Amino acid sequence: MRSLNFGDFLYLLLAVRWTILLSMAAFAGGGLIGAGIALLRVSSRPAVRLLAGLYIQLFQGTPLLLQLFLVFFGSDMLGVPLPAFVAATIGLSLNAGAFLGEIWRGSIQSVPKSQREAAEALGLHYATIMRRVILPQAMRIATAPTVGFLVNLVKATSLAAVMGFIELTRAGQLINNATFRPLPVFATVAVLYFLLCWPLTIASRRLERRMALATKR
Amino acid sequence: MDYSFHFTDVWIARDELLDGAWLTIRLSALSMVLSLIVAVFGAFARSSGPKWLQGVVAAYVEFIRNTPFLVQVFVIFFGLPAFGIRLDANTGALIAMVLNGSAYTIEIVRAGIEAISHGQVEAAYALGLHRLQAFRKIVLPQALRAVFAPLCSQFILLMLNSSIVSVISADELTAAAQDIQSRTFRSFEVYIVTIGIYLVLSVGFSVVFGMLNRLCFPKLEAR
Repeated sequence: MRSLNFGDFLYLLLAVRWTILLSMAAFAGGGLIGAGIALLRVSSRPAVRLLAGLYIQLFQGTPLLLQLFLVFFGSDMLGVPLPAFVAATIGLSLNAGAFLGEIWRGSIQSVPKSQREAAEALGLHYATIMRRVILPQAMRIATAPTVGFLVNLVKATSLAAVMGFIELTRAGQLINNATFRPLPVFATVAVLYFLLCWPLTIASRRLERRMALATKR
Repeated sequence: MDYSFHFTDVWIARDELLDGAWLTIRLSALSMVLSLIVAVFGAFARSSGPKWLQGVVAAYVEFIRNTPFLVQVFVIFFGLPAFGIRLDANTGALIAMVLNGSAYTIEIVRAGIEAISHGQVEAAYALGLHRLQAFRKIVLPQALRAVFAPLCSQFILLMLNSSIVSVISADELTAAAQDIQSRTFRSFEVYIVTIGIYLVLSVGFSVVFGMLNRLCFPKLEAR
């Protein structure tokens, strides 16, 4: 056992970049899956909508920790053991895809129906309607809740620690194991997460207020 | 892929999983009830308490909502013994879940309170009700009715989050699964079954919430 020193703090601070990197990778993957899920959810075919709905129910109705376990151990079982970072990215992306898909479905559906009808009357194709008419408007509506979800994603990356990936939380555990000073170590870890998440929370709140002002008339 | 599934080991350990699931249910239900109680007081303090108390509640809500549950569990379970408070794993888990759950619930209940038009409160005062009476009899029931749906989704998230307390080996469902996994090495089978149980639990909880909704807030009769 040794005492806490400045080097430990620096170690935690440097571990933050892995938290950020994991969050960004998961947001990229989750964004791709979420976009697909959102489009499937607003499809005109009921079977397709149902399938996407099942995906959302599956990932929103079970704990993220177990989803990560399944990816981690499942890849092992398939004979392609994945490094913890990759397994965590895949697991977080699958999960984020369900939540982002649901957020973006709501945004697409809150674009007035008449917009779509007008575009159809003008003879535009589905792809053009989506790309030129619906999505640009939906994206504006989606910004605030998407930034809000980012907070959840950053917090969720802490679960990668359970699989042994050394990001902020795992770094805290390692230092605690060496120094056995849990309170200062984990309090520092919590403050670092707060510093990552709080600006996003504030940004999301501001965007929401601006949206509310823009639509109120 | 040349892997053969063996669910026999999981079937043999089914009692452990069911015990774990039962603890997950009790832990979740208890922390939902306690969170709601804390949230009602918290939301009241946040919306009509003295300025300093409003600040304290707001800081608490912001800090909990912007840090991961896993880290909160570590602070509570490993940090509190520094003050001479020793907790067994299940109590530590409950405290962490209530502290976490109530921060989210306070925000939801507060939104409900703020949605009630001020005219109603003024009418209650005009009828001679005290501030507390007006809150309890007029504002709170309507606020809870208004936010019942987001409250329920938050509670289901709380139940799913309870899997995280397995890291301090509270013996709920995920910890039971890990136990079986480390004994049988049938990780995939164990976790698939466990995820299925969680899915049943979250569907089950939403069914119960639906019934509660109809019981507590019957549809207003058309007049």
